[in-house]
Amino acid sequence: MKRTQTVLLAAGLAALLAAGCQPDAAVVPLETVPGSGLPTNFPAPVYGLDQNPPTKVGFELGRKLFYDPRLSRDGSTSCGSCHQQFAAFTHAGHPVSHGIDGLLGTRNSPALQNLRWQRDFLWDGGSNHIETMPAAPITSPVEMGETLENVVRKLNADPEYQRHFEQVFGSKPIDSYQLLKALAQFTAALTSANSRYDHYVRHESGGTLSAAELRGLTLLTQKCTPCHSTELFTDNSFRNNGLDATFAADSGRAHITQRPTDRGKFKVPSLRNVARTAPYMHDGRFQTLEQVLDHYAHGVVASPTLDPLLKPATGPLGLALSSQQKGDLIAFLNTLTDEQFLTDKRLSERP
Amino acid sequence: MKISSLLLALAAMAISLTSCEKESSEPTPTVATTGEVDIELDHVVGANALVLNAATPNYTTPSGDHFSVTTFRYYISNIKLTKEDGTTYVQPNSYYLVDAAKADSKLLALKDIPTGDYTSLTFTIGVDSARNMSGVQQGALAPSDMFWSWDTGYIFMKLEGKSPEAGSGAFLFHVGGFKKPNNAIRTVSPALPAATKILVRADHSPEVHVKVDVLKILTGPTTVRFADFPGAHMPGASAVKLADNYAAGMFRIDHVHAN
Repeated sequence: MKRTQTVLLAAGLAALLAAGCQPDAAVVPLETVPGSGLPTNFPAPVYGLDQNPPTKVGFELGRKLFYDPRLSRDGSTSCGSCHQQFAAFTHAGHPVSHGIDGLLGTRNSPALQNLRWQRDFLWDGGSNHIETMPAAPITSPVEMGETLENVVRKLNADPEYQRHFEQVFGSKPIDSYQLLKALAQFTAALTSANSRYDHYVRHESGGTLSAAELRGLTLLTQKCTPCHSTELFTDNSFRNNGLDATFAADSGRAHITQRPTDRGKFKVPSLRNVARTAPYMHDGRFQTLEQVLDHYAHGVVASPTLDPLLKPATGPLGLALSSQQKGDLIAFLNTLTDEQFLTDKRLSERP
Repeated sequence: MKISSLLLALAAMAISLTSCEKESSEPTPTVATTGEVDIELDHVVGANALVLNAATPNYTTPSGDHFSVTTFRYYISNIKLTKEDGTTYVQPNSYYLVDAAKADSKLLALKDIPTGDYTSLTFTIGVDSARNMSGVQQGALAPSDMFWSWDTGYIFMKLEGKSPEAGSGAFLFHVGGFKKPNNAIRTVSPALPAATKILVRADHSPEVHVKVDVLKILTGPTTVRFADFPGAHMPGASAVKLADNYAAGMFRIDHVHAN
C-alpha cells in the first residue's frame, strides 16, 4: 500500500513538473522533425536544441524559405539553387556557383550538414552563427543580391507566408528576426549521421565495413587527423593545405582576421558525404577524390603559412601515401555517404 | 512514512515551481519609486544643424575638406546612470538604433528608473560583443543594413556622404568590430554641465539634451582627409581610428531640463 502511494506521488510529481510553463503551441514529438534528435556518436552540439526548439511548422516554414527564389533580388536564385540535397547541399559539379544575373561567386559552395555542430561558417569562418549565416548569401551582390529589408517586405506581402509565420511566431508582421529564426529551423535540421560508418561505429545492423574500408579508417586516423578528426570529421580549424604559393586571389582566413599568419588558411571541411560533394577545395579545383589525395601525396606547395602537419621532418612536403593506401582511404570515405540524408523527402524541395 | 512526507514536500515544491513567472502577482507599489528620463539627440556638424542630402557640399572640416552627409546612423547601448554615491542604474535590454533621417529615433525614452539624483550618464557607442555572437536578435538589433553577415557583427556607426576631395566623390565610413585587435566598441560618459544633475522623480521626467557632432568623427586623434581616408568597410585599423575619434567627443551633454 505504502509502495503504491509512493509511486503515485512520484508520478503526480513528474506530471506536475512536466505540465509547467509550456507554451500553448503543441509540442511536436521530436522524431517528426528531421534532425531534432542528437546522434549518440556525436559530440555536444554548438547550437543546442533549446536555442530554437525544433517544431514541425517551424521546420516546414524554414524549408519553404530555403527553396524560395523570391529570397533573391530577381527571383532567380534560392538557397537550394547552390545547395542541392543529393550533393549533400553543395552545388554539384560547380567549382564556384552562379547567382543572380549569372554572376559568379569566388568560392565553392560548402556542404550544409551537421551545422548544429559548427561554430564558424564560410570558408574563412567570417560568419559566427547558424542563425545569421543566411544573411551573407542573401545580401551578397553575386549570390542573391537582396536586402533583408526587401525580403521581409516580399514575405509580408504574401498571405500564405503571413499565415505560416504567424502560426510559428504568434506575432506579426514578419521581420528579419523571424526570417532568420525560421531558416535556422531548416538548416539546423540537416543532420547527417546515418552513413554505413555511423552504423558501424554505433554497432547497428548494416554496420559492416570491408577489410579495405577498415584499413582506410585506420589510415585516416593516422594520416588525416587531427584536421579531419572527431565524428564530424573536421576539427573546425583553419589551415593552409598547400594549394598555392601565394594567395593573391583569396587570402582566406586572413580576409577576416587581417593577420598575415592566416593567409591561405581555409576552414577544414567535414569528410561526411565527401564522395558526393565534388568538386573539392575552396575554389573547387579538384574534380575527384583521387585528385585530392594526389595533391596531399605529391602536390603540396610551400608557403609561409603552410600547415606544419604537411611539413614532415624528412622527405617531401605532404603526406606519404601509396596507391594502395589511397585506394583504401577512398574506400573508407565512401562509407561516409549517408543515403538516408541525401534522399530524405522531408528535406527536399517537393516533400 | 518518512519517504511519503519527503515526497509530499517535493510535490509542494513542484507546485510552486510550476506556476509561471507571469502569473505570480506583482506587489503593487503604494508609492511610485521610479521615474523617466528622456535623452534627446541633436545632430550637428560643428556649429550647424545636420541637414542630410544637400545638393552641394554644405559643410567644411577644419582641414578644409568640403562634404555633405547622406546617411548617419549609430547604435547606443547599455545605458547606465550613476548617482552621487556611486550606485548605478543599468538599463536592461538597452539598445537603440539612431538614424538621423528618422526623428523618432533621436529621442530615447528611458522608463522605470529608480528615483534619485544622478550625476553621470554612461553608454556604449555600438553593440557589446555578447550580442554580436548570439545569433539573430530582435527589436533595434534585428539584422538590417547595420549588420555585417560575411564577417558577423553589427555596424556600430555609419556615416556616408559626398566630398569633392574624395577620389570617387563619395565617402563611406562603416565602423564595427568587436574582436581584438580591431575592437571598435567604445563606452563614453560625456560630462554633465557644471552643477547639473539628472533629478529623477515620480513626477519629474528630466530631458537630457545631447549634441551629437558629426565633425568629431573626422577630427580628434586622427585627422580624416577624404583624399587619403575615403572609407572603412570592415573591422580593422580604419574603423578603430574612426571609433577613437567619435569616442573622444562626438557626444556632448548640452543641457538638462529638470521638467
